[in-house]
Amino acid sequence: MITREPDWGEGRGLFGGILHAFGAVGRGGVLVFQSIALFPLMLVRGRSRRELFAQMYQAGIRSLPVITVVAFFTGMILALQVGLELRRFNQEIYIGSAVMVALLREMGPFMTGIVLTACVGSSMAAQLGTMTVNEEIAALEMMTISPVRFLMAPRMGAMILMTPLISFYTCIVGILGGGVVGLTQLNVPWGQYITTAMNFGDLRDLYVGLFKALVFGIIITGVSCYQGFTTTHGAVGVGRSTRQSVITSLLLILMTGYIITRMFYDL
Amino acid sequence: MIRFDHVTKRFGSRNVLDDLSFEIQKGEVFAIVGPSGTGKSVTLKHMVRLLTPNEGSVWLDETEISAATGKTLDIVRSRFGYLFQSAALLGWMTVEENIALPLREKTKLKEDEIAERVQSALEMVGLANEGEKYPNEISGGMQKRAGLARSIVCKPEIVLYDEPTSGLDPITSRTIDRLILSLNRRLGITSVVVTHDLYGALLSADRIALLHQGRFVEVNTPEQFIRSEQPNVRGFLDAQFVPRDWDFESQRRGNQESE
Ligand SMILES: Nc1ncnc2c1ncn2[C@@H]1O[C@H](COP(=O)(O)OP(=O)(O)OP(=O)(O)O)[C@@H](O)[C@H]1O
Ligand SMILES: [Mg+2]
Repeated sequence: MITREPDWGEGRGLFGGILHAFGAVGRGGVLVFQSIALFPLMLVRGRSRRELFAQMYQAGIRSLPVITVVAFFTGMILALQVGLELRRFNQEIYIGSAVMVALLREMGPFMTGIVLTACVGSSMAAQLGTMTVNEEIAALEMMTISPVRFLMAPRMGAMILMTPLISFYTCIVGILGGGVVGLTQLNVPWGQYITTAMNFGDLRDLYVGLFKALVFGIIITGVSCYQGFTTTHGAVGVGRSTRQSVITSLLLILMTGYIITRMFYDL
Repeated sequence: MIRFDHVTKRFGSRNVLDDLSFEIQKGEVFAIVGPSGTGKSVTLKHMVRLLTPNEGSVWLDETEISAATGKTLDIVRSRFGYLFQSAALLGWMTVEENIALPLREKTKLKEDEIAERVQSALEMVGLANEGEKYPNEISGGMQKRAGLARSIVCKPEIVLYDEPTSGLDPITSRTIDRLILSLNRRLGITSVVVTHDLYGALLSADRIALLHQGRFVEVNTPEQFIRSEQPNVRGFLDAQFVPRDWDFESQRRGNQESE
């Protein structure tokens, strides 16, 4: 079963370490493809659909409070920083455009990725990791129930559906946050703020941003489930897997964020 | 039926199983005993390829389990029931849902048939009234019995029991022993029992094997087993105060009468 066998071990020395890393990427990649390929099944099969909805609730609705706060403050910080600069040229009415572009292109998906890594990815890794060390994953395999289909695919489906939505929501709340700062600190009237924001808001920026969020969602699920399935060494191992899944997700989000930006925007 | 052919399994540099060979016959109750940490659970896991040997091979009739993948492996595994040492129930489902899981996912049975099978499995292990509880609301011994119910609910040909009676009081232990025995006698289920409970093994097993340093140092019928002069066997028996002339007949009779 791809979740645990073949076992390449810890990997000794530099060469072993590199080999191990490549093995991990390969197996993680296979898990990601398998779980995405099962997406249609999640929609048609009653029991799977229920599980998908449960996971969407877990990933999406449960993280809304923290997302809202993060998004609002992100918008406020953006508006304040940009506003302080623009005020030197008496151009602070344009903060709306700056906040809009920054959120759509980068901060919306990025903040979504960070928050979901922290609250959803870590809990996925911990839950699947605990199941692995308690032999629950092995028990599923013994019942010939694929852990990828039973556990990972609904999580993957939920994240694919939810991350773009959450990213969009982050942008909207961020714009509102920026507007509040504009109104109260920089004396930019609400109407003018929104108008400049909408004038500079580009649909393409929105789409690229949502695509980024989607990729981040796949990364978070893939990394966290892989870490969970490959957990060993009891409770200590669960802690280590959780930590590792957060670190790996954040690094991959930063790097792919850059790569996607570079792909869609020419210099 | 299940055959180990010179199986060696290493973790790190340690040989947990070391050139282990044996065969389990169809329809027998085969008990594996031995001190903690010698590799009894590891041996069981090799029978369904939850672990793969570093050397040697494991066979189920004509199928090489240790090389089976995909569909073949699923077919092999669906012939087995496996009671895990940790019971391995899914924490977010009730006991009933846990037991119904393999039926719901793998058979086309109707809900009322499933409920019936689940209920009878629960009764068999003495948990008839605990079905609606969650695993963390019942004791460790009850979780074990729920795990047992789940492993037999699909009516497998072979059941692997990893310490079915550990954590149970002596009376419930004997009930579980009798259950294992009656599944074996009534339905012909081949049973492999890993246990610390020597009395249970002596009373219900057809053969007992003692695992020591990666090998079976003794594989024999209970009657022969307690007379063995092999030093590890003697040490193991003496530690549990089983004399050479242990009275099988009266013990077995006593066991049946208490039923
Ligand atoms: N996945 C694993 N990785 C590394 N070492 C392992 C693994 N599984 C088992 N071992 C080692 O193999 C040895 C045998 O383990 P096993 O679980 O089979 O013991 P056991 O005979 O079942 O003991 P107990 O009666 O306590 O259950 C132990 O020393 C354990 O440390
Ligand atoms: Mg064990």
